[in-house]
Amino acid sequence: MKILLIGNPNVGKSVVFNRLTGVDVISSNYPGTSIDYSKGYLNIEGERVELIDVPGTYSLEPTCKAEEIAVQMLKDGDIVIQVIDSTNLERNLNLTLQLIRQKKPMIIALNCFDETKHIGITIDVKKLEQIIDVPCVPTCALSGEGIKELIERINETRISDFNFENKQRWNEIGKIINQVQTIKHKHHTFSETLRDASVKPVTGIPILLFVLLAVFTAIRFIGESLINYVFEPFFNNFWSPIMLKLSAFLSDYEVLHDLLIGKFVNETIDYGQSFGLLTTGLFVPLGAVLPYVFAFYIVLAFLEDSGYLPRVAVMVDTIMHKTGLHGLAIIPMLLGFGCNVPGALAIRILETRKEKFIAATLMSIAVPCMALQAMLFGLLGPYGIKGLGIVFGTLLAVWFILGLILRRIIKGTSPEIFIEIPPYRIPYLKGILKKTWMRLKWFIKEAVPFVLLGVLIANLLYTFGIIQFIGKITAPVFNHFLGLPEEAAGALIMGFLRKDLAVGMLIPLNMTLKQLIVASVVLSMYFPCVATFTVLLKELGVIDLLKSTVIMVLSALIIGGLLNMILSVTFK
Amino acid sequence: MDTLNDLPVGKKGIIKAINGGHGFIQKMDAMGLREGIEITKMSKQWMKGPVTIRFGSNEVAVGYGMAGKIMVEPI
Repeated sequence: MKILLIGNPNVGKSVVFNRLTGVDVISSNYPGTSIDYSKGYLNIEGERVELIDVPGTYSLEPTCKAEEIAVQMLKDGDIVIQVIDSTNLERNLNLTLQLIRQKKPMIIALNCFDETKHIGITIDVKKLEQIIDVPCVPTCALSGEGIKELIERINETRISDFNFENKQRWNEIGKIINQVQTIKHKHHTFSETLRDASVKPVTGIPILLFVLLAVFTAIRFIGESLINYVFEPFFNNFWSPIMLKLSAFLSDYEVLHDLLIGKFVNETIDYGQSFGLLTTGLFVPLGAVLPYVFAFYIVLAFLEDSGYLPRVAVMVDTIMHKTGLHGLAIIPMLLGFGCNVPGALAIRILETRKEKFIAATLMSIAVPCMALQAMLFGLLGPYGIKGLGIVFGTLLAVWFILGLILRRIIKGTSPEIFIEIPPYRIPYLKGILKKTWMRLKWFIKEAVPFVLLGVLIANLLYTFGIIQFIGKITAPVFNHFLGLPEEAAGALIMGFLRKDLAVGMLIPLNMTLKQLIVASVVLSMYFPCVATFTVLLKELGVIDLLKSTVIMVLSALIIGGLLNMILSVTFK
Repeated sequence: MDTLNDLPVGKKGIIKAINGGHGFIQKMDAMGLREGIEITKMSKQWMKGPVTIRFGSNEVAVGYGMAGKIMVEPI
């Protein structure tokens, strides 16, 4: 038996799905989080039943790709559970009536039911059940309330006998609303004042700037605290002694020693430069990058669940249009700052090929992921704000200028923004922690193997002289055009695999500030990491990804060359 | 008649017509935007940015071009 979970976007469908199946799916307070569908199982009276989380849809007359998928999936379902946002009964009933016409056994979960009380809405559930002739269960998926009853009543599902003229649908809904819902008007609440202020430019732009500043400060504070009080003490006081013992033990086996511990710098282990699997290979992903990834995701989860992001999309829409995107494209960009992989996945929320191509290319080139940023801060931080300012300023300028160009040369259409703006919700701590934990697990699963593989490959390539060889043949480009030592080629090769490792390989080259800036910019721009590349391959297809890659490499070389020229003049 | 873009921020209006193809009208309808409903314009952005409107307990952002196809009568 197949049960379908259907509902408007952003009604908490994914949370209900998590509750019913125990399968973790990411949910956020903005429409379109689940564009892919998820599948899970639940037990109903001992029988294992398949449950499918269908992408959110406003209507069964599809107007976009996600909705088409939803309608297609409806055909093979045996039972439909419609999840409704009780605070917005009217619009949700539009889908209910369309579902009723499909003549499938149905049950309704009146989700966010607890919230109706706060905003002065009363819903007569019994009456609603009577009128539309299917079971209705009030739920609050976030706290788990009502979920048990929902499962218990699945065997009461039935095909509704409610009859109506399809053309008169909204009238029918009006009649139902009049009978089951009463709204007590409450005074303007703080949340409502904020709701108005955050979408008006005069107040909204200062709020946006304040939020960005707060986000940046919070990420730095959380990340640095974790490093200073947890990760550095762990590696220095606990891990180093073990590694030194292992090193003494392995002193007779040079090859193995170099592979596991790496080379000593100043007669001890240097976690950034030794390049052993157990030293650099573990320290970079866990000690240097993980704290910031954690900090980023916890702050992002807070923003996502509060419902602020769709407002950001509205505020930045005009600027995004200059690059052929619309405001919603801010979501893949923001996610990309954490890790480009989820950013690349989020490109799905954009509709046309043109938008997807531009968003993928701009993100790959000019949105540095947290791993890269953490290492750049380590590399350029000692030189003060100047180096970092130039690197990030250049990336921002490239993002915008390249966007202006791509908008003109890429064929296709850029549709306008049309999104629902959800009410503000106070984020639910458990939800935030769960989401952050899922993303961290995913990061560790993705990043650690790639870093270890990277360290291994770097060791092999150096041992066999391959990096030195590539350095020799690419020397003209590196020496003359970019003004970098040819050894930097090794870092760029590593950058295909992991950007954070690549930055680590730049440290021992003793470069000048100018060289460090050029190398950082080129490294950020020329290619996303392999993991992102794989996701983009699926999202864009081979041909578009090749085009995008050509743009990445060319713009990295051009900007690197230009920076080298400009800085050669100004840094003297 | 006025379009949604002409309606001043903070004012209410009734949607009199939605000019556009079948697909456009359907897209609006699915979100609950249709002839006869009362809306309040909440904000507009600078340089022909999107317009946000509220109706019932819904809040929706529509691009400037789309807003130009939604005819409203101020009340």
